[in-house]
Amino acid sequence: MYDIVIIGAGIAGSFIARELSRFKLKILIVDRQNDVGNETTEANSAIIHAGYDAMADQLKGKFNAPGNKMFDTICDELDVPFKRIGSLVLGFNEDDRKTIQNLYNNGLKNNVPDMRILEKDEILQMEPKLNEDVVCALYAPTAGIIGAWEFAIASVENAMDNGVELELETEVTGIEKENFGYRIYTNKGEKDTKYIINCAGVYADVINNMVTEPYFSITPRKGNYYVLDKGLDLVNHIIFLCPTDKGKGVIITPTVHGNILIGPDSEFVNDKDSTATDVSGLRYVKERALLSSKAIPFNKVIRTFAGLRAHSDRNDFIIEEAKGAKGFINVAGFESPGLSAIPAVAQYVVNIMQKLTGGLIYKDNFNPRRRKTVCFNLLSDEEKKDIIKKNPMYGNIICRCETVTEAEIVDAINRNCGARSVKAVKKRTRAGMGRCQGGFCSPRVMEILARELGKDWTDIPYDSTKSYILTEETKRNQQDNDSKMGG
Amino acid sequence: MISYDIVVIGGGPAGLAAAIEARNYGVKKILVLERDKELGGILQQCIHNGFGLHIFKEELTGPEYAERFITELKSLKIDYKINTMVLTITKDKTIHAVNPKDGYMVIQAKAIVLAMGCRERTAGAISIPGTRPSGVFTAGTAQRYINVEGYMVGRRVVILGSGDIGLIMARRMTLEGAKVLCVVELMPFSGGLTRNIVQCLNDFDIPLYLSHTVTNIKGKDRVEGVTIARVDENRLPIPGTEIDYDCDTLLLSIGLIPENELTVKAGAQIDMRTNGPVVNESMETTISGVFACGNVVHVHDLVDFVTEESRRAGRSAAKYVQKKLVEDGNEFKIEALNGISYIIPQTVRIDNVDKSLDLYLRVRNVYDRVKLVIKADQETIKEINKRHMAPGEMEHIVLSKDLLQEKSFERLTIEVKEGI
Ligand SMILES: Cc1cc2nc3c(=O)[nH]c(=O)nc-3n(C[C@H](O)[C@H](O)[C@H](O)COP(=O)(O)OP(=O)(O)OC[C@H]3O[C@@H](n4cnc5c(N)ncnc54)[C@H](O)[C@@H]3O)c2cc1C
Ligand SMILES: Cc1cc2nc3c(=O)[nH]c(=O)nc-3n(C[C@H](O)[C@H](O)[C@H](O)COP(=O)(O)OP(=O)(O)OC[C@H]3O[C@@H](n4cnc5c(N)ncnc54)[C@H](O)[C@@H]3O)c2cc1C
Repeated sequence: MYDIVIIGAGIAGSFIARELSRFKLKILIVDRQNDVGNETTEANSAIIHAGYDAMADQLKGKFNAPGNKMFDTICDELDVPFKRIGSLVLGFNEDDRKTIQNLYNNGLKNNVPDMRILEKDEILQMEPKLNEDVVCALYAPTAGIIGAWEFAIASVENAMDNGVELELETEVTGIEKENFGYRIYTNKGEKDTKYIINCAGVYADVINNMVTEPYFSITPRKGNYYVLDKGLDLVNHIIFLCPTDKGKGVIITPTVHGNILIGPDSEFVNDKDSTATDVSGLRYVKERALLSSKAIPFNKVIRTFAGLRAHSDRNDFIIEEAKGAKGFINVAGFESPGLSAIPAVAQYVVNIMQKLTGGLIYKDNFNPRRRKTVCFNLLSDEEKKDIIKKNPMYGNIICRCETVTEAEIVDAINRNCGARSVKAVKKRTRAGMGRCQGGFCSPRVMEILARELGKDWTDIPYDSTKSYILTEETKRNQQDNDSKMGG
Repeated sequence: MISYDIVVIGGGPAGLAAAIEARNYGVKKILVLERDKELGGILQQCIHNGFGLHIFKEELTGPEYAERFITELKSLKIDYKINTMVLTITKDKTIHAVNPKDGYMVIQAKAIVLAMGCRERTAGAISIPGTRPSGVFTAGTAQRYINVEGYMVGRRVVILGSGDIGLIMARRMTLEGAKVLCVVELMPFSGGLTRNIVQCLNDFDIPLYLSHTVTNIKGKDRVEGVTIARVDENRLPIPGTEIDYDCDTLLLSIGLIPENELTVKAGAQIDMRTNGPVVNESMETTISGVFACGNVVHVHDLVDFVTEESRRAGRSAAKYVQKKLVEDGNEFKIEALNGISYIIPQTVRIDNVDKSLDLYLRVRNVYDRVKLVIKADQETIKEINKRHMAPGEMEHIVLSKDLLQEKSFERLTIEVKEGI
């Protein structure tokens, strides 16, 4: 019997689990995917918003700016890449200036610190590659960029270090109310628990409706993105166009790893699993982005992707005990700025749990720090020398584009919440994330996964266990094996 | 610090030929660095026949061709390190490299030869719409899985791009029992060698759809199908021409890109048309004493040309070390005009040209019965009749030194003249 089962290991479920792991509780996280942070949390703009655009009377407005403040400590503890690079919302005419003034005023209400409205000259000094027609901009220095899926992975790893359990490829198919709490039915058997926290992203309404009357609905809103190669000297801040009814407007931003990310558009879709990119969305992104800067080298695109915003008909986060279901807490409608707000949201959820349980008891031995990961590429020459001496696997470069070593991959597999697939290795170490997109390193990564997990090459998937990479041994290889066996 | 006269980066056919040639020209301390677990480069996965027709006058497989050079390298006692990745090189010719055995190495060279080869363009680069399941491979990666690691990558296959690797993989996968449904090419002509179209597609009844592209990828976990469509003259899909294919694999053979991260970081000038370094008659980059050859300079279809070009680079590096290379003096630029996509080399110091100057170029389109017109400044100095030229086949032109020495000029241009 669990005290709490958390459904969904996106950033909501992951970070809430980490915060609850401070207490004496038996907690399980289940996710239908083969890795944590494998849905919306891996397909977004990865921006920690300053918090000036959400309305102060909404939960989005209430949690964004306070959440933003907490990232320095959290990212230090969890060893997650995070940079406060500041954001600019660009204005090109008098209408835009009004919008920007409104955003500024709203930001004051939300207690966003250090905002300034800049004029053309200063903007172009900060960002020489922007469209010279820019007239003004809202500058928010507290906005930052984060490694979004690293954040989820690190949160779950730290939660597991502190006793939380994780079951992947475990899909919740039904929930029954019991006198002890709830019985959760999954493709991998039943789980009994006193409390449930529903963090199922675009499926949060479906999960809610398993225990109580439908009282909200989630409609996915798709956003397409381009990822550009590293080493392009394009922008140093997060660049927004003025918001429209289609969301915060297309963004151009550096990523924590030095790529450039451009997107998203915003289109309601019916299919909750539809993260396919589409031509019209990508075209819209390109057109809008070129308004911000004419200097974008679209020939340096290395990947496109799309993510789904979990838009609720309340047009706000829904964070509460569900109507008509005691001990069942919804964290739903968790669209942007979910990533930015999650630290504050998690505290709020802890408070809800405090009330429901009549008081949680702190563990004595909670360790807030995750063991640091080594990023060989970022070490100095001296450090590189030393670390290879200690562990020669650091001298074996597996991914040439991102300079990832065998030792880093082995570590990513053997930690708590370790990698089980080629994609999971990519998310943890960046092997395969670069300009050749794994063309060179994927055979090597498979070899290491197979060795460390004691599996055959053909059993190593790209992502889910159904996403096989290899079908069988070649005829030639089979003959070789037969003859080796004396056949 | 370790020091060498010449350090060669990359142990493929280019690096091997350059190292051997430099030794034959009297350089003692040469080191070849290769990141893979064996020497030979991309040839080790090309188990088909068709290498060496020019150089050895016989048809070898890729590994056989490589083996001849590896054997020679070893018999000449040239130092080499495998499993060794070069991380950076600097303008003053220090090389930073790592391997598990020697750890982090800093090596000082008098001259460097860049021979890092190329990598493949990926699905991301061409932004094919749709899902991102497993089962989308670049042709070279699939080739590595099949020929080196010994595993099949799929059973029903569509191939996008008719470059040589794609064509060869169509045949290879068919022989391994997979069904290759079609090869789809965006351009109105194939970028591959004619002999490969005949031997790899026609002989196996695999259809080639020219002026077509893949417009959608379907499948959640693994590829379940792709949609192809005809494209118009602007290469945009024509609505209504879509055909759906059930397949589990999409192979991409959509181009190769010279692997020049090291070159760029060192500060050498890159030619936007080749994506390789700008080189002179000696295959020297814009950094004095840093030479380059093979696919890192421009993508070759025939390894024999790689070998020839690399010998020139090795010879030049030897001369540089021996201070026999003329550093300045008369120099002219070579420029590609109408119909030519690029020419190697981009600059020439005539004093370093022996008896004749070798030029390698590619045309932009398929041409029949045209002339290549070569001009020194405005004056035509040579015309060459061409029965047939295609972007997929590299052209080799030889100009005698006498012809070039007659007068002084600044610009040598080459263009295609049609309608003859
Ligand atoms: C285009 C776009 C851009 C964005 N940009 C930003 C930004 O820049 N800054 C910001 O702060 N926020 C941004 N967001 C919002 C942010 O990404 C989300 O708020 C956050 O990632 C949501 O996390 P989550 O955990 O709620 O959802 P998810 O990450 O989707 O996690 C839900 C999990 O539930 C699992 N699940 C679903 N159904 C079941 C089931 N039946 N059984 C078991 N498991 C199940 C899923 O597998 C999934 O892993 C953006 C969102 C989008 C789409
Ligand atoms: C699939 C395929 C089929 C072909 N078929 C034919 C054919 O039938 N006939 C024919 O004549 N030609 C053929 N070719 C062409 C010919 O094989 C190539 O042009 C030739 O191999 C290029 O040689 P290279 O040495 O420049 O590059 P590669 O062979 O690619 O060698 C480059 C080497 O550099 C190493 N390297 C790169 N970066 C680093 C670094 N940072 N540190 C250390 N080492 C590094 C790489 O590991 C690699 O071994 C084919 C090519 C391919 C890809």
